[in-house]
Amino acid sequence: MVDIKNVFKSYNQKKVIEDVSLNIEKGTITSFIGPNGAGKSTLISMVSRLIAKDNGNISIDGKDIMETKNNELAKKISILKQSNSINLKLTVRELVSFGRFPYSQGKLNSYDWEKVDEAIDYMELREMQDKFLDELSGGQRQRAHIAMVIAQDTEYILLDEPLNNLDMRHSVQIMKTLRNLVDELGKTILIVIHDINFASCYSDNIVALKDGKVVKQGKACDVIDKCVLKDIYDMDIDIQDIDDKRICVYF
Amino acid sequence: MGYKKKTLVLAIIAVLLTMLYIFYDLSGNIGYILPRRIMKVVAILLTGGAIAFATTIFMTITNNRILTPSVLGLDSLYLLIQTLIIFTIGSNSLIMMNSNVNYLVSIGGMVVFSLLLYQVLFKGESNNIYFLLLVGMILGTFFSSITSFMQVLIDPNEFMVAQDRMFASINNVNTNLVYISIVIFVLLIIYLMRYYKYLDVLGLGKDNAINLGVPYNRVVKHLLIIVAIFISMATALVGPMTFLGLLVVNLAYEFLKTFRHFYILIGSMLISIIALLGGQFIVEKVFTFQTTISVIINFIGGIYFIYLLLKENKSW
Ligand SMILES: Nc1ncnc2c1ncn2[C@@H]1O[C@H](COP(=O)(O)OP(=O)(O)O)[C@@H](O)[C@H]1O
Ligand SMILES: [Mg+2]
Repeated sequence: MVDIKNVFKSYNQKKVIEDVSLNIEKGTITSFIGPNGAGKSTLISMVSRLIAKDNGNISIDGKDIMETKNNELAKKISILKQSNSINLKLTVRELVSFGRFPYSQGKLNSYDWEKVDEAIDYMELREMQDKFLDELSGGQRQRAHIAMVIAQDTEYILLDEPLNNLDMRHSVQIMKTLRNLVDELGKTILIVIHDINFASCYSDNIVALKDGKVVKQGKACDVIDKCVLKDIYDMDIDIQDIDDKRICVYF
Repeated sequence: MGYKKKTLVLAIIAVLLTMLYIFYDLSGNIGYILPRRIMKVVAILLTGGAIAFATTIFMTITNNRILTPSVLGLDSLYLLIQTLIIFTIGSNSLIMMNSNVNYLVSIGGMVVFSLLLYQVLFKGESNNIYFLLLVGMILGTFFSSITSFMQVLIDPNEFMVAQDRMFASINNVNTNLVYISIVIFVLLIIYLMRYYKYLDVLGLGKDNAINLGVPYNRVVKHLLIIVAIFISMATALVGPMTFLGLLVVNLAYEFLKTFRHFYILIGSMLISIIALLGGQFIVEKVFTFQTTISVIINFIGGIYFIYLLLKENKSW
């Protein structure tokens, strides 16, 4: 369980996260939605200790993240940031193999390589595994980064807008993969996502942020609601039920 | 050809050049010439290694290919510390006479400075390369200005001593320091071994490194200390070489086409040794000491630096 308690963060006096408290259950997909600048990336980066919080507590499975050893934490939680620019001469396979660093400290054994292969196949990167990252399209590179996170094989996975740059087929494929990771392997996923229909169809819970505060949290079907969405996005969004999924029509 | 083979080729060239430098035209009083040449070669090998290692590590922790410890003025700081010692205690005092003590004091000063640099540059949340460049340029200029200011005030005799230190060059290697440098070099390599495994991961950037469990702040702090000591060592032995590091590390990346630090560290060290020995050989035999290798390297390096700025301009 991820337990976020009264967390605050400001940049140069500007409050970016204000008194956020959340409980994220194990074995679920939780989507974070909200307009640009709502503080989604900031919150998720604090959970994965990439940036420091000003105040409050964040603990994972009862242990405060600041008191957990870096390497232990890296086996428990992984994050994919919104933008990743690596300017190294690196092949896809080499990048994915970095996901095993917390376990192998750079010396991969056969089990590590098995995990790397698994992650590569999960993301359908087999044919391009020996290509250099800078020879790939944005979407292919994004999939390589997701594969690295999968190879890291952590209980908790945090993804900041992982569907950026992806075409529809791969977006759906990734969301299905994430669903499998949760349903079959019992992982817990926190994902920042802009397409509310993806959030609606694939997540268990949704947290809506606006101006650094939680406006609404709950089961996906409760948050995908005309009034709630109006509150978050300041626009009228029509909601249709199609095959027991709630689909938002916002065009 | 893979990067392993290429590294081997570099190693062979470096060994051949070393042999050539030591044994070329070896006649006359061998008992006098040979040990002197060997000392010089050892100093060059140490310098080449120190500059290559310092620059590679520094580029990795700052995730850039343009800024080196020298461009940021770390070697001008070394000269400043030297001048400061003469200025405050005078050249006759023990510290200046015993160059080993002086050396260690200067290294201590460099380490303290690099820890300050760490506080300012790496603790903060934004790891901004422009900011680093700005700070580096200001500090570098500041150090040089203070140095020349103090030299103006110094007694002329003392100035001679200072100048001798400042203008160590390969033609005029500070051989007194070779033995202690070997010891420091070996200790530094042992020190580096503890953090070496993190280098490849640090190359992926701060966020990825933290995500993969690198104790980022601690590792970067220790690596910066290592960088500072390597730079002190190279500067003490042969004087400042602003662009050598930039040149050799970039060449190593271009030539070896790998991200693995094991090969980049060794490759850049070999390239640096090849450049120094080859360059020095040409300076001695072709230019007959009319010029110094730092002039040649800074000339080529400066051009390469501008090329890199223009090239990277696109990717920024
Ligand atoms: N490093 C930073 N320095 C200053 N302000 C920042 C920084 N990072 C984010 N912010 C500000 O914090 C707010 C929230 O940003 P972010 O968490 O990235 O939003 P989201 O991911 O929800 O779009 C924005 O107003 C942004 O301008
Ligand atoms: Mg964001």
